[in-house]
Amino acid sequence: MSDSVTTAGAGVDLQLINVTKRFGDFTAVDDLTLTIPQGSFFALLGPSGCGKTTTLRMVAGLEEPTDGTIKLGAEDITWAKPYRRPVNTVFQSYALFPHLDIFENVAFGLRRRGQKDVKKQVDDILELVELGGLARRKPPQLSGGQQQRVALARALINRPKVLLLDEPLGALDLKLRRQMQLELKRIQLEVGITFVHVTHDQEEAMTMADTIAVMNVGRVEQMGAPTDLYENPSTTFAANFLGQSNFFNGRVMQRGTDAQVQVGDRTLRMDGSRIHSAGDDVHLGVRPEKLRIAFGADAEMPTGFNRLEGVVTDASFIGVSTQYLVRVPWGQEVIVFEQNTNRDSRVDNGAPVTIAWDPLHAFALDASQDVAAGADLDDEAAPAAVAQ
Amino acid sequence: MSGGALLAESLAEKAPQSLKTTGPGRRKLTPYLLLLPGLLWLAVFFVAPTISLAQNSLQQGNLIDGFQFTFHIANYTAALSSYWPQFLRSFVYAGLATIFCIMIGYPLAYTIAFRAGRWKNAMLVLVIAPFFTSFLIRTLAWQTILADNSIVVSIMRSLHITNLLAVVGLTQSTRVLNTPLAVVAGLTYNFLPFMTLPLYAALDRMDPRLIEAGQDLYCSPWTAFRKITWPLSLPGVVAGTLLTFIPAAGDYINSRLLGVPNQAMIGEVIDLKYFSELDYPTASALSFTLLIAILILVSLYVRRAGTEELV
Amino acid sequence: MAVQTPTQSTKIARVGSARPGGPIRWIRAHIVPLGAGAALLYMFLPIFVVVAFSFNRPNGRYNDKWVRFSTNAWQHPCAVSGMCSGLKLSLTIGLIATVVSVILGTLVAFALGRYRFRGRSATNLLIFMPMATPEVVMGSSLLALFVMLRVQSGTMTILIAHIMFCLSFVVVTVKARIAALDPRLEQAAMDLYANERVTFWKITFPLVLPGIVAAALLAFSLSFDDFIITYFNSGATVTFPIFVWGAANHGTPPQINVVGATMFLVSLVVVIVGQVSSSRRRKKA
Ligand SMILES: Nc1ncnc2c1ncn2[C@@H]1O[C@H](COP(=O)(O)OP(=O)(O)OP(=O)(O)O)[C@@H](O)[C@H]1O
Ligand SMILES: [Mg+2]
Repeated sequence: MSDSVTTAGAGVDLQLINVTKRFGDFTAVDDLTLTIPQGSFFALLGPSGCGKTTTLRMVAGLEEPTDGTIKLGAEDITWAKPYRRPVNTVFQSYALFPHLDIFENVAFGLRRRGQKDVKKQVDDILELVELGGLARRKPPQLSGGQQQRVALARALINRPKVLLLDEPLGALDLKLRRQMQLELKRIQLEVGITFVHVTHDQEEAMTMADTIAVMNVGRVEQMGAPTDLYENPSTTFAANFLGQSNFFNGRVMQRGTDAQVQVGDRTLRMDGSRIHSAGDDVHLGVRPEKLRIAFGADAEMPTGFNRLEGVVTDASFIGVSTQYLVRVPWGQEVIVFEQNTNRDSRVDNGAPVTIAWDPLHAFALDASQDVAAGADLDDEAAPAAVAQ
Repeated sequence: MSGGALLAESLAEKAPQSLKTTGPGRRKLTPYLLLLPGLLWLAVFFVAPTISLAQNSLQQGNLIDGFQFTFHIANYTAALSSYWPQFLRSFVYAGLATIFCIMIGYPLAYTIAFRAGRWKNAMLVLVIAPFFTSFLIRTLAWQTILADNSIVVSIMRSLHITNLLAVVGLTQSTRVLNTPLAVVAGLTYNFLPFMTLPLYAALDRMDPRLIEAGQDLYCSPWTAFRKITWPLSLPGVVAGTLLTFIPAAGDYINSRLLGVPNQAMIGEVIDLKYFSELDYPTASALSFTLLIAILILVSLYVRRAGTEELV
Repeated sequence: MAVQTPTQSTKIARVGSARPGGPIRWIRAHIVPLGAGAALLYMFLPIFVVVAFSFNRPNGRYNDKWVRFSTNAWQHPCAVSGMCSGLKLSLTIGLIATVVSVILGTLVAFALGRYRFRGRSATNLLIFMPMATPEVVMGSSLLALFVMLRVQSGTMTILIAHIMFCLSFVVVTVKARIAALDPRLEQAAMDLYANERVTFWKITFPLVLPGIVAAALLAFSLSFDDFIITYFNSGATVTFPIFVWGAANHGTPPQINVVGATMFLVSLVVVIVGQVSSSRRRKKA
């Protein structure tokens, strides 16, 4: 067997260097550069059609890049055949072999590599994905979730250096999905395989991944640890794609640790390291759950917080929290999420309120971007993924 | 067993979604190497004869003195002016047989696809099995069934169906055998599986929930059929029509065994010119005219039906 | 469902009580299956006749009137001179034509289904043309070619012709199967360390095989049953359909019906055995 087919070793990072993929004159992946460290759990997040699957396929060797280099450790695998790469894929549509039973599907890779004790390995992995009893069924006789787990087992059993997962949990119900997420994470930590996980579910990405890359039209918008990405997004697309934000049009008056941004007739304070704009015109962003709300125009707030007075125009109870819409002095409506710990019953439609936030929680983005970029994409993406 | 079904699917098939774009060097040659033997066979034994047919049809002469290519268009005008009734009859009979095939094959295909449940495979077998008995033997059986003193004809006579059909010229008042009706019935019978199987393939591919969705959206069963089932089965209808009409138009076994002696179909005339009169130029002209006429009809029909993915 | 809409309940009430409307309603509800049943009857009518008359002992040369029951024809199927040799010839030609056309056609189908190349649509058209050409045209033009090349008509020319018209049917049947194949299955195999050759034999070929088998059955039945093209290109050779044709003109012995009935029964048995074994396999899994 080729010696490139070995189990995971040490220090083999997956690198994509200036990778571009064009279909005709349509650019699906645009000059992508990424380094995915050995053993990490990397999530690719982005709206439908942004090039996630294409990226994975190039890593798997099922698509040839138009341009650029893909390296695994020191080895250039850009042009290697798919069956010569220590990389396995869990396909978006499972791609289980319909004429082989579950056992033979899972054993397929092992048999190709002439491995011994196939039976034991397959039994073990089927046990792991809780399909022990179904080994002799054919794929069409399984439910969607079961098929998905077979696809996972079929790839995992090969202990590749990199496992590519293209929305592997899409067809599972919520409970099984959470269970499989934990299972996946556990397996990943146990075997130390690099996982590249494509998903539409931002919650899934944030709970599982060490690093998230947010993709948009063939490019990586932003990459980083889940908390960084959420707390300190650098583009409106990233901010909107992961959660919700309030944006105020403003102008940077002062930079540095105690930066100041002029919004309307107010001067709001923030951390200068969170200004992601060379120009002074910015969108000042604050996440709705970072805002505090209290009854009365002169309600008491912690010192040093930015404050705005306003009127509640809508209050809706959504279980764990209440969502308010507050009209601030310059007419804009601001979304506020308030935990339902001690809900103030006076804060209701028409009530005068004060909202406030810690300057450390604000971020400022280049105002030349569309404020709404990526805002609704996530909702559209979900059904599109199902349709595939 | 689903040969016809698969055939129908492929006739209605779309261009393949993902094709290997051939790379440099040897791989570029692969498709041509795969094609070579098959296409060579067709080139020598189908294309070349067709071309020489076209050439023969413009020749002049006789068997004894030999034939010369003189671009003798008169072969065509002569052939058409004397044999246009046979052409017309062939197309009318083939058209009628095709319509009857749809009328008989559709309920059959529909029932197998949607109503047969676990009897689906058994019913498919029943539909195909009769057609493994030789074409000619079955046609001879029809001779017996439609003979003057047979039960079927007696019933038709006592119900005055024969009289009724005689009015439109399909039968004689007392006879069925050796009438146009017998020919059309024979054609319908013999080409029925070529209609039923493509229809079945198209219907079977259809999600039965679509009909339910239609009825949920206020379609009566008939409207649901017209607006949902029928349009979705059109590829099958088109494929079935071609597979029925084309061979039926060229057939002459049914008209010879079941039809009126002096009311031949065009195939019989061609046969006669070749084997009895040895008039090759006229026979070729007739053959070529039939081919062209069918190609024109097919392309008009296919355009009308909006399915140009056939080829 | 717990809540019943008024229309539903009235409908149910009417079906339950209104006896007079019953049969008509039933017929209306089952009109399509009834039509299908009638169609099946129509299809089997000649088969009954073929089987019944194989047990006939005709008076004259024509087996078209029922005279009396006899198993004579079944006991002496080859008593009619020329029939069994024709049958043997037809079976042989059918087998050879099937093997050759399936091989050539499958290659073409893979080229069309798997590669994009210059001349692809022309090839598709060339494959379609024989199916759009009436048999009498193909038969006569091929005869003209053989005459021109001074090729003696016989078994060889029949074979050539049969392979030619079976080829297109094989190509479309196999191509449909290839087109229905999910390309991701092959990609998955490659991803799981199968090289091109292994992928072909482990994944592609087994998945395309049912199409090839269907194509073979179709080719065999087309070749075995062909009359018109064969008639033009047979010379003095007598295949089974040509024998029957001659018989239709000079006298039909009941042995012909024996062959027809046997072919029907054999195909029925083959198909049923195939069905049962495949559903048995499915159940076992
Ligand atoms: N073979 C192809 N030919 C032409 N365009 C393609 C091809 N494959 C993908 N594309 C296009 O490239 C873009 C990226 O596709 P890709 O499958 O990578 O999206 P994705 O991010 O995986 O989307 P999803 O989340 O819906 O799966 C899409 O716009 C798609 O239409
Ligand atoms: Mg995708």
